[in-house]
Amino acid sequence: MLRRTFLTALAATTIAFTAFGPASAEDRFITVASTTSTQDSGLFNVLLPAFTAKTGITVKVVAQGTGQALDTARRGDADVVFVHAKAQEEKFLAEGFGVKRYPVMYNDFIVVGPKADPAGIAGGKDVATAFKTMADKKVPFVSRGDKSGTNTAELKLWQVAGVDLAAVRGDWYREIGQGMGATLNTAGAMGAYTLSDRATWLAFANKGDLVVVVEGDKKLFNQYGAMLVNPEKFPTVKAKDGQAFIDWLVSPEGQAVIASYKINGTQLFFPNATDPKA
Amino acid sequence: MLQDVSIISALWKIISGGDGDFYSIILLSLEVTLTAVTLAGCVGLPLGAMLALTRFRGRLPIIVVINTLMGFPPVVAGLVVFLLLSRSGPLGGLGLLFTPQAMMTAQFILVLPIIVALTRQTVEDLWSEYADHMTSLGVGRIGSIPTLLWDARFSLVTTMLAGLGRASAEVGAILIVGGNIAGYTRTMTTSIALETSKGDLPLAMALGVVLITITLCINGLAYGVSRIGAKLAGGR
Repeated sequence: MLRRTFLTALAATTIAFTAFGPASAEDRFITVASTTSTQDSGLFNVLLPAFTAKTGITVKVVAQGTGQALDTARRGDADVVFVHAKAQEEKFLAEGFGVKRYPVMYNDFIVVGPKADPAGIAGGKDVATAFKTMADKKVPFVSRGDKSGTNTAELKLWQVAGVDLAAVRGDWYREIGQGMGATLNTAGAMGAYTLSDRATWLAFANKGDLVVVVEGDKKLFNQYGAMLVNPEKFPTVKAKDGQAFIDWLVSPEGQAVIASYKINGTQLFFPNATDPKA
Repeated sequence: MLQDVSIISALWKIISGGDGDFYSIILLSLEVTLTAVTLAGCVGLPLGAMLALTRFRGRLPIIVVINTLMGFPPVVAGLVVFLLLSRSGPLGGLGLLFTPQAMMTAQFILVLPIIVALTRQTVEDLWSEYADHMTSLGVGRIGSIPTLLWDARFSLVTTMLAGLGRASAEVGAILIVGGNIAGYTRTMTTSIALETSKGDLPLAMALGVVLITITLCINGLAYGVSRIGAKLAGGR
């Protein structure tokens, strides 16, 4: 009874606020749950206007870690997810929350750390060796710790390196539960190592003493995929406009826009929608 | 790393409108905060006065709870509104998650206890002065509410400003329920959080300076108006 009254009061309040809200000129919009890397890197600033100009559909992006973005979609609060953790995406599909997964683009992860390189891993080409060395020497490492795509990749790399994180973790391993940018800020301030996606790193403005120490290993591959949230689970999903966004992302036109995005002449994302294995 | 010069140039970029949609971000912040605080005032002032003047069973526990809610963690308020407005939540049908309205609702919930609690205290103190007089005039407790609110109006301006301060400084709740969507639910505080995470500390700091300046102007204006009002009222 009390709960009912509270809900009614809250609904009334919220509806009262709709009278004050900004007039929504853009009636046709979709909500995309995506990752901090796509937003913080600035990709959406070029990608979304191009799509809106073509279709008249506005895209509202809620930027979260991959795990949180998929959870947002699991509650029906997004029309499309655009994330980067293939295993988590396939689980999302298997649970019936997604319709179909489309590979869109890739870039790579990099290991960044202090210029002084206390672990002595700089210039290495094998990321597994680098991770093993960091764990052996117990050099400070900042982990996202937020179930994001990058966090998922990092945990997998410890496994590949044969490091039993549960057994060796201590003060040196610091989970901060925040986004990529905040993690880089923290790593910089602590003189610690961390794993980053290359796009966020290139766009990051507070590099300070941090440099890229390991890159170019195949194990650092970072694939992005897009999925429409299943309208059979949530009838409120804007299936037509959401699918239009995905279709455009994987179209030659959308792929060209992705390829054209550069910071200081460096390309950040590489389109690969035509690769069936991606 | 963080030089004064870079903050000043970032500040200039904001003020000159040279980069992005800062003006619309500022306007949205003001719109969300002022709407939430105004509505909380419309509800909270009479509610606080009623709580001050009525006597009923359970009144004291309610007062304690409301006083406690003044310290309600914004992130929890955000989470509650989020779960209610989510498509999977009880009010999901409204489709209001990730909208300015959702942010207003969260701030309303945060501000209301402050206004109710402070109003209750102010009016109760005033009532101890007015009780005999009002009773001799034959005006009941409930009937005295408008008079007391009116006579306490200068103190209540400060009450409203306390609510405004809570709302304008807040980031935890609106980040969760608004989603920090560019051009739609991005406010001053969520922008500051975002720019900090992007490592653009000068821009984040400059936005902070703008936010504090705006808050200062609003407070100055409110104080000035209430001073002038008090003088005029005293002169009559």
